[in-house]
Amino acid sequence: MYAFDIERPATVAEAVAALSNEDAQALGGGQTLIPTLKQRLASPEKLVSLTGVAEMKGISSAGGVLTIGGGTTHDDVAADGSYKALSELAANIGDPAVRSRGTIGGSIANNDPSACYPAAALGSGATIVTNEREIAADDYFVGMFETALDEGEIITAVKFPIPEKANYQKFVQPASRFALVGVFVAKTADGVRVAVTGASNEGVHRWTAAEEALSKDFSAGALDGLTVSADDLIADLHGSAEYRAHLVAVMTKRAVAAAS
Amino acid sequence: MPKDGGIGASTVRREDVRFLTGTGQYCDDMNMFGQTSAVFARSTVANGVIKSIDTSAAEAMPGVLAVFTGEDFVEVGGNPAGWLINSRDGEPMKEPKRPVLAHGKVRHVGDAYAAVIAETIEQAKDAVEAIEADIEELPALVNMKDALAADHYVHDEIGTNQCFDWGWIEDNRAATDAAIKGAHHVTTLELVNNRLVPNAMEPRCSMAQYNRANDEYVLHTTSQNPHLTRLLISAFVLGIPENKLTVIAPDVGGGFGSKIYHYGEEALVLAAAKKIGRPVKWTADRTEAFLTDAHGRDHVTKIELAMDKDGNFLAFRTETMANVGAYLSNFSTATPTFLHGTLMAGNYTVPNVYVNVKAVFTNTAPVDAYRGAGRPEATFSLERVIDKAAREIGMDPIELRRKNFIKPDQYPFASAAGLEYDSGNYDALMDQMEKVADVAGFEARRKASEKKGKLRGFGVNAYIEACGIAPSNLVGVLGSRVGLYDAATVRVNATGNLSVMVGAHSHGQGHETAFPQVVAEMLGIDPQSIDIVHGDTSKIPFGMGTYGSRSLAVCGSAVVRATEKIINKAKKIAAHMLEASDGDIELKDGVFSVAGTDKSVTFGEVALKAYIPHEFPLEDIEPGLEETAFYDPANFTYPSGAYCCEVEVDPETGKVTVESMTAVDDFGNVINPMIVTGQVHGGLGQGIGQALLENTTYDENGQLLSASYMDYVMPRADDLPFYTVDHSQGNACTHNPLGVKGCGEAGAIGSPPTVVNAVIDALQSGGKSVTHIDMPMTPHRVWSAMQNA
Ligand SMILES: Cc1cc2nc3c(=O)[nH]c(=O)nc-3n(C[C@H](O)[C@H](O)[C@H](O)COP(=O)(O)OP(=O)(O)OC[C@H]3O[C@@H](n4cnc5c(N)ncnc54)[C@H](O)[C@@H]3O)c2cc1C
Repeated sequence: MYAFDIERPATVAEAVAALSNEDAQALGGGQTLIPTLKQRLASPEKLVSLTGVAEMKGISSAGGVLTIGGGTTHDDVAADGSYKALSELAANIGDPAVRSRGTIGGSIANNDPSACYPAAALGSGATIVTNEREIAADDYFVGMFETALDEGEIITAVKFPIPEKANYQKFVQPASRFALVGVFVAKTADGVRVAVTGASNEGVHRWTAAEEALSKDFSAGALDGLTVSADDLIADLHGSAEYRAHLVAVMTKRAVAAAS
Repeated sequence: MPKDGGIGASTVRREDVRFLTGTGQYCDDMNMFGQTSAVFARSTVANGVIKSIDTSAAEAMPGVLAVFTGEDFVEVGGNPAGWLINSRDGEPMKEPKRPVLAHGKVRHVGDAYAAVIAETIEQAKDAVEAIEADIEELPALVNMKDALAADHYVHDEIGTNQCFDWGWIEDNRAATDAAIKGAHHVTTLELVNNRLVPNAMEPRCSMAQYNRANDEYVLHTTSQNPHLTRLLISAFVLGIPENKLTVIAPDVGGGFGSKIYHYGEEALVLAAAKKIGRPVKWTADRTEAFLTDAHGRDHVTKIELAMDKDGNFLAFRTETMANVGAYLSNFSTATPTFLHGTLMAGNYTVPNVYVNVKAVFTNTAPVDAYRGAGRPEATFSLERVIDKAAREIGMDPIELRRKNFIKPDQYPFASAAGLEYDSGNYDALMDQMEKVADVAGFEARRKASEKKGKLRGFGVNAYIEACGIAPSNLVGVLGSRVGLYDAATVRVNATGNLSVMVGAHSHGQGHETAFPQVVAEMLGIDPQSIDIVHGDTSKIPFGMGTYGSRSLAVCGSAVVRATEKIINKAKKIAAHMLEASDGDIELKDGVFSVAGTDKSVTFGEVALKAYIPHEFPLEDIEPGLEETAFYDPANFTYPSGAYCCEVEVDPETGKVTVESMTAVDDFGNVINPMIVTGQVHGGLGQGIGQALLENTTYDENGQLLSASYMDYVMPRADDLPFYTVDHSQGNACTHNPLGVKGCGEAGAIGSPPTVVNAVIDALQSGGKSVTHIDMPMTPHRVWSAMQNA
């Protein structure tokens, strides 16, 4: 680890001010950033810890929308339960230590191509709330580790419209236990959304053909015969692109069957 | 049995109190006044020529005390291979020098070519980044087949990438070939025994101190055998006389083989401590552990099994390529040869065995003994090909094995691979396994799995291994450069408590509990009054350390011999005290008495007398009560077992779950059943890890893709089933005083083929014609095999 300064702002405004320094970086739960620092793969001059920002914490529900503060831990989301599929997803991220520190804002800001929350946000049609604006999930996830966030912009909350039915199926990469392929399916009055994580070099994305089929008939059988192209899917020592393409279909069916 | 547990008691491990309460003292816990930090500059390419190394900027960095490169060590010796192997044509193996720091060339990713000593570890890391090394990358030799065919070499000076081409037993070759040629049925299988990273919980750490006043060194290091480390440093590498070098291996957090060996980092910190006159510590981070700890396994094998029309085994013939990596690690040449080829007759009366092993240099981390060391490779090849053969001839795999088992009345049995098995009863093990695993109920369980959409498979395996290594005379003939005896000193202190100095090193094996049980049983005293001292060359007489499941069989035997000497002397002292002749003295429950009388003295009274020798027959008996014994075993010991497991395969994803695992082992006599069970549990976890999870992968450039826990799959609790472990069927070893065989590696030897056999069974039950899948059987591999079948 290289030496760095740390600031602990108490409000979003203070945090934003502290992050205006070009070499400053936000620190959420540190579950991604701290290991990166330990390996000397990043060298921010200053870390701005968001853990003391009270207004970024907590979960509230109004008008069928669940609003989760950007600094809310995976554990707190897991315990909430008002959006079952989302709480189940949070409960299966990493291990107890990761869940007690890691935050939804950190996860969505990082946009790891194998992370779980991006699938939930995109699959639910969530809105990412920052200190500056609100961004629809469809516009937010740009690519692997790439998002619509500007330099110094922080995620203060994520708003999830609670669907009629939803489920997340994660086929774990056996070492990291991130998603080798994860599929989030949500059924709403407006139709069905299917978001896929872990599979693509483009990062989290929607499987529109499946959405169309499921919007007509929300059953696993509706997906029979539907396949995903292996082009541009991730291939690594844990699975080929073809295997991932196959798993996308299997996990989608399982998510539909398990949706509640 | 003495109170609180002698032989046979499941005494709770006393060392766990400190391990579980954070009060263990590991190398990195120890800090010395004035201590400095060493950090290594390591190659990022697998193969490259070192054109130049400019350390001037690094030397000028804050806190930097010294910078070393390979140039500084050209005068010192190489780290040797402990076993000289001759090729089939009689040529000795190729043994290129393994330097302290790479010189001229770097040969694998992680190969250290420079080291910085600085006041703090961060300063040392900063300075390492400032070293300017001009290393010209060369094409990497990764795959063994390619390396054998290549016209460029890992070590240019030897002009080949083949270390040796070994035949065992060369004289049996023609007969084996003939048996295969004339056989009714020959089953052939090509398989890979996958490379594993040992992943001890504690990474390696070495700290050196140098005392100018008397030219003495102390090395604290993570070692399974501090005397062997001292011997290698003294006799081969730095030439520091043994009387000037103390090696201490304190609490060590697991080794599994990887901490047997002497590594360059140990020599570096010693040289650095002398140069700067201050203690120098190096602690590996996890990445260094992945890149530089000696890896395990990595064989590619073709095996053939010839049978007559009734399924009687006629011959096994194997051709193996064994990866030794970039340098020969200390046991690397013994592991694929004498620890592997000699086991290739298995538990069977097969008359012909021939084994050919080509050891190959590649631009990868060195490969050496890892839990099981050669015997898992032997068992895997045998038990996989036997399973395949059973399917080919339509015979039940248990029946085929039983048909060819050595029978209990055939011991001692001279195996066709050159060993003499002393005792065993493989049918009894199989009977017990069938019983405790409820093999008869399998079909019902298979139906239940099928109802859930899963394929269920049953796999079985019988193994024999050779441990308690080893008779020095025998291994000397076979090329070993060391003897493999062990030593113990039993020191009875004046007030009757005991310190037992043992050459075996305990780093998870429970010696601190089990060895006192043996001494307590012999003396009839409380085991809590006995402590084990190990891991310090200045305190213990000598020792070859802990590996090859040898601690109890070899060092435990030395403890027995030394304790017998104690008893003999104590009887003389008691006889004097009781005014009797020593032939009439009996020892029972810690009391010496004169046979047929009520005259007695306690063990404690005798001890006190030995140290306060008033009215003592000094002309006949020396004062004191301390005895040393060296024990050299007469033979290997031969644990054996029958294992089975049941797996479920998810046909949609290829994911395998192990539903049950049964291990029935013959370990001979058992000193502490709970410790033995724990050792089997650990071995099973590692074996299942090898079979399903652990996927060491180098890409074609020699980059280790699985160099962290993000990609290397260590088995976790939820990957493993609850085990059924049974060691009720022991047949005592006939040639050591305790009748013990060794249990540390069995689980890792017996489980991999069991799991693979079960997966193949599951897939075939689902109508797939899959006959083999290489380990680790990841979901992707299983799914792919199903697509192609
Ligand atoms: C062992 C382990 C297992 C894991 N398993 C999983 C898993 O199964 N599934 C999964 O999805 N994830 C997994 N993770 C990742 C985990 O969820 C992380 O917590 C998460 O990705 C990052 O959140 P954090 O709060 O820790 O962010 P940090 O590590 O603090 O930061 C990550 C990045 O986000 C930025 N950042 C942090 N907070 C904000 C914010 N509010 N606004 C803008 N930028 C911000 C930081 O500057 C940094 O660039 C695992 C992590 C570990 C260590």
